[in-house]
Amino acid sequence: MTKFSDLTRLPDARGHFGPYGGRFVSETLSFALDELEKSYAALRDDPEFQAEFDHDLAHYVGRPSPLYHAKRWSDSLGGAQIWLKREDLNHTGAHKVNNTVGQALLAKKSGKPRVIAETGAGQHGVATATVAARLGLQCEVYMGAEDVQRQKLNVYRMHLLGAKVIPVESGTRTLKDAMNEALRDWVTNVDDTFYIIGTVAGPHPYPLLVRDFNSVAGREARRQSLEQIGRLPDALIACVGGGSNAIGLFYPFVEDDEVVMYGVEAGGDGVETGRHAAPLASNAPRGVLHGNRTYLMSDEAGQVSDTHSISAGLDYPGVGPEHALWKDVGRVNYVTANDQQVLEAFRELTHMEGIMPALESAHALAHAKVLAPTMRPDQHIVINLSGRGDKDIMTVAKLDGIEF
Amino acid sequence: MNRIDQRFAELKAQGRKALIPYITAGDPGPEHTVGFMHALVEAGADIIELGVPFSDPMADGPVIQKACERALLKGTRLVDMFDMVREFRQTDTTTPVVLMGYLNPVERIGYEAFADAASAAGVDGVLTVDMPPEEADEFGPVLKSFGLASIFLVAPTTSNARAATICAHGEGYLYYVSLKGVTGSASLNAEDVASHLAPLREMTTLPLCVGFGIRDGASAAAVAQVADGVIVGSALVNRIAENADNPAAIAPQLKAVLGEMRQAMDA
Repeated sequence: MTKFSDLTRLPDARGHFGPYGGRFVSETLSFALDELEKSYAALRDDPEFQAEFDHDLAHYVGRPSPLYHAKRWSDSLGGAQIWLKREDLNHTGAHKVNNTVGQALLAKKSGKPRVIAETGAGQHGVATATVAARLGLQCEVYMGAEDVQRQKLNVYRMHLLGAKVIPVESGTRTLKDAMNEALRDWVTNVDDTFYIIGTVAGPHPYPLLVRDFNSVAGREARRQSLEQIGRLPDALIACVGGGSNAIGLFYPFVEDDEVVMYGVEAGGDGVETGRHAAPLASNAPRGVLHGNRTYLMSDEAGQVSDTHSISAGLDYPGVGPEHALWKDVGRVNYVTANDQQVLEAFRELTHMEGIMPALESAHALAHAKVLAPTMRPDQHIVINLSGRGDKDIMTVAKLDGIEF
Repeated sequence: MNRIDQRFAELKAQGRKALIPYITAGDPGPEHTVGFMHALVEAGADIIELGVPFSDPMADGPVIQKACERALLKGTRLVDMFDMVREFRQTDTTTPVVLMGYLNPVERIGYEAFADAASAAGVDGVLTVDMPPEEADEFGPVLKSFGLASIFLVAPTTSNARAATICAHGEGYLYYVSLKGVTGSASLNAEDVASHLAPLREMTTLPLCVGFGIRDGASAAAVAQVADGVIVGSALVNRIAENADNPAAIAPQLKAVLGEMRQAMDA
């Protein structure tokens, strides 16, 4: 038995990860969540369902994704060897599709003709619109009005895929408000609508099923490490907004006590400025939002705080409940990278390896720049390169003073 | 006896149904709320539901979302609501007051401190929209120990098994959500509501009150035929929104809307 072996048995029957998680929703949704929980419990260990999921991952998503040794970048940092788990090479360009393929199978089995989703950077929206197109499901995606502005390319991609993008003007006009609006839609249309949540937050059973569907990346990375490195890596790094790509990489390594893990939250202008999106690293108070208890950035009156990040996908005041527990028990170290460090890492990987990362994933790269030089060249770091940077070209160009 | 139970006992003796208005505290400014509460009582309110403004009101439609935004813009906090209720109690010691809102502001204060302050201020019940009984293991007993009623929602989608659990935990009254949707949605169907209330009657002696979709005297009267109480929110909050720039005009309009419902229900 390893130190952290109990962690993989969570959540408990009611969706709790220690004091976190749960199902804090208005009564109208309880029935739909019960239904989803039951149908997933039946399918989770069903070999036929798993075979169907694996088939889609292989032939539609293009799995397994490579584990790439970024040798030139490693050498320039002068420390540990850096390996990139290339989730950016998945169909639609990010890890999000692993989960939407899985949830789409559940939606299909539920017989509901309509799917909805919330999205921040637009990657989850695109991944949902993609699977909806493939299955002939009606699809509507809620997106904060501010994010619609800064991620125009993804908005148009969703439109081309046949989805309707609904800009959300309430609150801070970002990811959290998109999720509020998606929940309102679901409460109203619960009979014919399946809600495809994109991250490991939300009411039980979402954190469980999103983790399960994303864990394929970690299982592959573990196997590939044994094959390509000859042993497990010394450290893992992934960015954390809601935390789905990080859970996907970390979960299959949770019981490997010797593997050190770093979750990198959005430092924005710097945690000390208050303009960030780092509930774990900043030790935000515990709170309840979007159906689960977790670390939640809020003011003294319990109102949810505005967040700030250069990357729309990390611009979220809460975090998945399993991460909250992993912080408390010390399984994962949660750190931050601020916007400036992220841009440097974005440019560096692009120049040195010919790989343009998503700004979200560049948070993980920014921490590698800090960590790798403190390690020996015979040590190894695996980073989840969770998405590609095409969607961020406009944002970066604007910072360079270029307007298209 | 808790003021809520007292009030329902009186209504039952008189053969009348409860009229329960909802307004968001602090909308359009915290200084107006106590005056609105008194106006609602004058127009025939039996119980007042006072909404706790929240930044992310997930179960509410645009009308109450905007009410929350107006209240928050004026800096209304949950702790300010204790002062409002205390002030209301200086002249009204009988009308029950229920705080309705989301869990996060309560968690930030802490269950015990919240219940202590609410009870001391003269609050009678608490309805936390995003806290079903399964998650209320800790909060429920704390509320009880301070004499506060835990009020829960029942929805059209609630199974009989769940309804039984909710009835077992519920106090004060059951809030039946008349339709799938957020607050301020389309009109309800009284016959449909009646068919959902029938099985609940067999599970509990709690008064059954119905909210969502009640907007005028006719819909209030129709619901009063089949339920023990009628809850009205968005129809009132709409009047506050329309007159947010002229707060002096609000109280008379609240009285007009609620008074019409009272009259129709008692006719």
